[in-house]
Amino acid sequence: MAKNQLIGGALWENYSQKVAERMDNPKYRGELTEEDAARLGGKLVVADWGAESCGDAVRLYWIVDPATHTILDARFKSFGCGTAIASSDMMAELCIGKTVDEAVKITNLDVEKALRDDPDTPAVPSQKMHCSVMAYDVIKQAVALYKGVDRESLEEEEIVCECARVSLRTIKDVIRINDLKTVEEITQYTKAGAFCKSCIRPGGHEKRKYYLVDILREVREEMAKEKSMAEEVKFNDMTIVQKHKVLEKIMEEEIRPMLAADGGSLEIVDIQTTENGKTLVYIRYLGACNGCASAMTGTLYAIQGYLNRKVDENIVVYPI
Amino acid sequence: MQRVYLDNNATTIVDPRVKEAMEIYFCQQYGNPNSLHQFGTEVHPAMRVALDRLYAGIGAADEDDVIVTSCATESNNTVLKAVYWEVISKTNKKRILTTPVEHPSVSHVCEFLAENGAEIIELPLNKYGIVDLSTLKEYLDPEKTALVSIMWANNETGIIFPIKELAAYARSQGVLFHTDAVQAIGKIPVNAREVGVDYLSFSAHKFHGPKGVGGLYIRQGAPFVPLLHGGEHMGGKRSGTINVAGMVGMGLALELANYALEYEATEVRRLRDKLEDAILAIPDTLVIGKRELRVPNTILASFRGVEGEALIWDLNKQGIAASTGSACASESLEPNPVMVAIGVDRELAHTAVRFSLSRFTTEEEIDYTIEVLRASVKRLREISSTYKKC
Repeated sequence: MAKNQLIGGALWENYSQKVAERMDNPKYRGELTEEDAARLGGKLVVADWGAESCGDAVRLYWIVDPATHTILDARFKSFGCGTAIASSDMMAELCIGKTVDEAVKITNLDVEKALRDDPDTPAVPSQKMHCSVMAYDVIKQAVALYKGVDRESLEEEEIVCECARVSLRTIKDVIRINDLKTVEEITQYTKAGAFCKSCIRPGGHEKRKYYLVDILREVREEMAKEKSMAEEVKFNDMTIVQKHKVLEKIMEEEIRPMLAADGGSLEIVDIQTTENGKTLVYIRYLGACNGCASAMTGTLYAIQGYLNRKVDENIVVYPI
Repeated sequence: MQRVYLDNNATTIVDPRVKEAMEIYFCQQYGNPNSLHQFGTEVHPAMRVALDRLYAGIGAADEDDVIVTSCATESNNTVLKAVYWEVISKTNKKRILTTPVEHPSVSHVCEFLAENGAEIIELPLNKYGIVDLSTLKEYLDPEKTALVSIMWANNETGIIFPIKELAAYARSQGVLFHTDAVQAIGKIPVNAREVGVDYLSFSAHKFHGPKGVGGLYIRQGAPFVPLLHGGEHMGGKRSGTINVAGMVGMGLALELANYALEYEATEVRRLRDKLEDAILAIPDTLVIGKRELRVPNTILASFRGVEGEALIWDLNKQGIAASTGSACASESLEPNPVMVAIGVDRELAHTAVRFSLSRFTTEEEIDYTIEVLRASVKRLREISSTYKKC
């Protein structure tokens, strides 16, 4: 990749022929009117998205059959670069013949794929992918207007990278599952951040709600916290005092309540370690346990088994 | 199809006389000038002539240094980093005053130095898009300021900064002054000694010289540390085998550019004004910056409802080269600071297209451009979702 990035200014060379053609002669440029809608027996929808001050703005016209919710015709107008104009044109074409519910599923990725000359070569260079996002946004707006619902209600998940349509959930999962440590790795796994790069860190092409650097930092912090909890000092490596704390806590919270059901209890008298790595826990039964027949058998096995499972397999319990 | 080049602030055609003067140094007189043998020494006379031309061309005194670099980016880096090492890192003067419209070879270096202890202050522009003397006086604290770095002319708008009075004030306060004169040389008279700067950067390919060679003026006594170490070239101020052909070409190109200043101020200006008038005759357009405050070759024009990159796409299809500062072609959606300072509607932030002429631009080319421009603006406004005829 490095060799391919050394010569700048090749932006337009990386446009597909289809992008160039649709920029020069957009097929679906224009407006639709109430007269057009009446002629086709449909409902006119006019959706705007973006603003001139943001660098991109598009207006989408639909005529929708109210009985079948099929888009009978579509047109667009666009303030934007060549990619924005070509994407808007393709987006309008993709809408025609689809139902509104099918159209809402069209993303900028579909638009970009449809603009490819061959399936394996992107239609636009990576830094221009964001110019096709406007097409996706304006469809959502048109659907919201047609259905009379809030646009937000059409959003199924929180999108971090608009260019590659990668969600917050996906990015967090990928970091965790693959133990990713850099933004570059996130990009390799998900394509998030591979295009206009706005979602990588603040100060890019446009402001974003989430940035990969922040998500990465937060998830890594969470992972480190979880790891440190899991990697607390092994019981066998603890000092006698530390071992006493751990055992006393488990006795108080889990074992004494079990014994108390029968009116019994216990106390830790001593803790010793042996050369072969065993931890000897000397206990004294109290209350009903003191003198109980099963104190030296069933109850003892239960206590030791519990400590072996929960704390350390090398614990041996001796009643005194 | 006709090809018209109106992007001369990006680079220029090499003057054929410059190319001819350089040719001998590739395959005939190709010696390393630091060699003791005849192959090395035979290029010295031409180098002396080139130096004479460079000194005369930018108004340097013999006791000053004019070093040959690889480009103005290197020259700018050299100045800023030299001041950092010699002043900022050694004294309490930590500040560099600059502007929000400098070339990245100044602004990005400032950002880098800020990470290493320098304090960077961007001086606000006035309603004409320049830093005026009162602003410099307000911000310049001589106890804390190491350097003022202000471009002579802006690459996008062509707006000229009042370097002489700004440099004079900095000097009166004992503060060093650097100017990036890349966009001024060859368009307006530039004389380093006369304006009283300490450092001045320039680049050959902006005035019909070759690419890959630039220069740096260093006033006698100004603090200096080489950017490139590793030899005794350029009196130890810039190591690296001297680009003899480039140096010769730059010297001649500068001399020719200065000869052509009168032509620039009259004929190039006339053609620029003709194009500008035609642009302004198209409804809902504007040109950034007062005409009399700009270098004679530059127009930054806004066409309401037409995105800049889309327009240069259309122009390119018709063989015309112009450029845009539009966000689509840049890193940020923030509008050009000059446009903000002048009070241009934010709506126009992405509609700016730059046309920059040269002494090689012809009347026929301008006429053709006007014709194509009208048609392209009309086409794109018909597509535009934001353009409404006023």
